[in-house]
Amino acid sequence: MTRDIAAIVLFAAGVLGLTAVADSGVVLTFVMMALYATLMAQAWNMLGGYGGQFSFGHALFFGTGAYMQAIAQLNLGLNAWVALALAVVAAAGVGLFVGALTFRYGLKGSYFALVTLAFAEVFRILAVSVGFTGGGVGLMLPLQESFANLQFSSRKGYIVLVLGFVVAALLVTAWLRHSRFGAQLQAVRDNEDAARAIGVDPFRVKLGAITLSGGFMGAAGAFYVQVFQYIDPSIGFGPHTSVEALVAAIVGGMGTLWGPVLGALVLHLLADFTRNLFGQLPGLNLVIYGSVLVVIVMFLPRGLSGVGRSVRDAWRARK
Amino acid sequence: MTAPLLGLNGLSIAFGGLRAVQGVSLDVMPGTLTALIGPNGAGKTTLFALMSGFLQPDSGSVHFMGADITGRAPHLNARAGMTRTFQIVQPFAAQTVRENIAVGAHLHEPRRAAALAAAEAVAQRVGLASQLDKSAADLTVAGRKRLELARALATKPKLLLLDEVLAGLNPQEIAEMIPVVRAIVDDAADSGVTVLMIEHVMQAVMNLASHVWVLAQGQLIASGTPGEVTSDPKVIEAYLGPGAAARLQGTQLPGTQLPGRDT
Repeated sequence: MTRDIAAIVLFAAGVLGLTAVADSGVVLTFVMMALYATLMAQAWNMLGGYGGQFSFGHALFFGTGAYMQAIAQLNLGLNAWVALALAVVAAAGVGLFVGALTFRYGLKGSYFALVTLAFAEVFRILAVSVGFTGGGVGLMLPLQESFANLQFSSRKGYIVLVLGFVVAALLVTAWLRHSRFGAQLQAVRDNEDAARAIGVDPFRVKLGAITLSGGFMGAAGAFYVQVFQYIDPSIGFGPHTSVEALVAAIVGGMGTLWGPVLGALVLHLLADFTRNLFGQLPGLNLVIYGSVLVVIVMFLPRGLSGVGRSVRDAWRARK
Repeated sequence: MTAPLLGLNGLSIAFGGLRAVQGVSLDVMPGTLTALIGPNGAGKTTLFALMSGFLQPDSGSVHFMGADITGRAPHLNARAGMTRTFQIVQPFAAQTVRENIAVGAHLHEPRRAAALAAAEAVAQRVGLASQLDKSAADLTVAGRKRLELARALATKPKLLLLDEVLAGLNPQEIAEMIPVVRAIVDDAADSGVTVLMIEHVMQAVMNLASHVWVLAQGQLIASGTPGEVTSDPKVIEAYLGPGAAARLQGTQLPGTQLPGRDT
């Protein structure tokens, strides 16, 4: 635990240091977006990596947080910081609700994945149809840069904000690695029946995990709204957000502390690199991006952070 | 006379047309080491699942420490002191031996450090101390059986339901494991652990159990000391087929040993 915390502090200091010295907008935007992707990947990792419950619909929590952030300010006239707290609580609450429904009936594996996907789609359609979400047009926040409004003139302010969430997510993940709750969650992931036989209540621990995971994903949604001052149903609840969260966690290494950080970083580097290199040939960058993903998933079952072990196992198997 | 720790009363369950367990009643007394035996497919593991709450009986009741626990969820039974192991071992493969056992210890111990320390102590008792930091996936079959036992023991059970902890072990491993099982009941350290085991290895049953129930085709056909049940003609016929008891008597075999281990 102490070692994990030390590493997290070191990581935060490193990011802050880089942010302080960097003055290129490209670098700052890159750092901000990579941290934002890390937050989503780490949120997904809490439920998917440590709990073994593969959600294909994390956009559900992202969109809930994003819309709550916008609606609380626009319709309820609340302060942006209060809205942020509400967004996190609302997304966690949706997590609790979906978890209670799905885990109560023992949905697992692909069934759980499909139900989460369906929930995200239902919310997307609802966001199009009901009035207070602005329908298909979406919601736009007025640009009023001030600390109280959680809007910053420089990327640096946003970096500090999202870094705060990433650090919190890392600390929660570290806690999962060194606590009773986390031990029980991983036991359920590895073998639910065996866990039940020794006194673990799978329903309760999975519910806890999806609530935590939903809350952090909601924070990412709220952050998105503050940065881009805009949200619509397909940005909020569309499947690409769900995929971004899970791919970064899987590529980096599920069920590890640093895997999602590494995954988000590498995927963002890769995406930027292919876009810059092949931007003039529309679509080619995505083909290359996709191919690299396939290679990673095929040859590195433990993700990038597990490269060492994967190679060692392959070496041992050959002998 | 003391009250039974576990009491089954007319327990039955059917899977479609297959009546897996039919009207089974038995009492397990506290502080004993008893065994449930029977041919393959007799319904022994199903009966364990009914006791521990993994399956709901169609009829009948289960009482544990005087309370009706029929159909209560397994994790609540474990909390109350009844823990089962699995015939097909179920390690948390992604975790080390120490972490595996600690999950059991966490049942009554919220603190991580204390649970890890308890895991080490339990590993010592079942002979896993040298493999604490190994991944559970890297253990041999014998090691996994010990792990299964250790994890259950770490929950500090009052009643331990052991489902074939000796199956798949070689004779030497069985000989090593028997004293481990005996120590669970005899050990003064956790006085009060009662063990009911499903076992095919008759050497172990004869050696360990003070009382044996025999299940065949879902029904209890005999009960008594190991010596009594193994010479019971009904039991012999359940294992070897009709007429076997008479034939065995004719050939004057010295003692009657039941054959067979499954797997």
